[in-house]
Amino acid sequence: MEAIIFILTALTAIVSALLVITGRDPVRSVLFLILTFFCVAVLYILLGAQFIAAMQVIVYAGAIMVLFMFVVMLLNLRSTDSREGTKLTRKSIGFVVAGGFLLVVISALKGAFNATAPLDKDMGTVAAVGDALFTRFLLPFEITSVLLLGAIFGTVMMVKREQKEQDETEAEGVES
Amino acid sequence: MTITLEWYLALSALLFCIGVAGVLTRRNAIIIFMSIELMLNAANLTLVAFGRFLPNMDGQIFVFFVMAVAAAEVAVGLAIIITIFRHKESVDIDNVNLMKW
Repeated sequence: MEAIIFILTALTAIVSALLVITGRDPVRSVLFLILTFFCVAVLYILLGAQFIAAMQVIVYAGAIMVLFMFVVMLLNLRSTDSREGTKLTRKSIGFVVAGGFLLVVISALKGAFNATAPLDKDMGTVAAVGDALFTRFLLPFEITSVLLLGAIFGTVMMVKREQKEQDETEAEGVES
Repeated sequence: MTITLEWYLALSALLFCIGVAGVLTRRNAIIIFMSIELMLNAANLTLVAFGRFLPNMDGQIFVFFVMAVAAAEVAVGLAIIITIFRHKESVDIDNVNLMKW
């Protein structure tokens, strides 16, 4: 049963990941990436990591991909991206390098980690993860909040137009 | 048939390589960014899989921090892409090969 779920989810994840990088429409790529993240969440549940699976759906498939979708819609990339993908050398070199990398990694894996262990059901629960997070990993957890605050400030400062520039564009709008 | 650690590692290696291929072949900055997210996810899957078979929970804690960093990174990265789009009217990385000109 576990094997069937694993194989189906893994196949879906691989196919949708391939569609992410080959599709021409960015909106479609975003949607397939969400599907890939859902498949990874299912794999986390198979691995007994319930909390991480919930975080995957909420943070990745929810928050991060909404941000991506928002930017794709905001920039209206359908029109600007239509002339993409003509350089054949770049494509072939990219795929050859990625394939070679895959070959190296798979050959390193082969037979090295044939581990099986009984599933520890209490390992990935919210209680267990929260207990570790607020005792042994308290300092990194607090530092994460500072990181997120810094990211908020950086984003706002970067996207905010400078006042002078904004006045100029407004003036141009009035003239035209 | 039981699913061993090897299966999960092979899957995440494959996902990572798809991400690498995306970064190397595409020119749209947003697609490249999504490929980077794919690679992060593959690394997360490896951490959780190792943690389940060791068995040790610290991998899951690490995945939690990776997710927090990824969220911050996406916010800042998309802000950079929007700023570039305002200047160049394009997110094609061939148009932004100079940092300042």
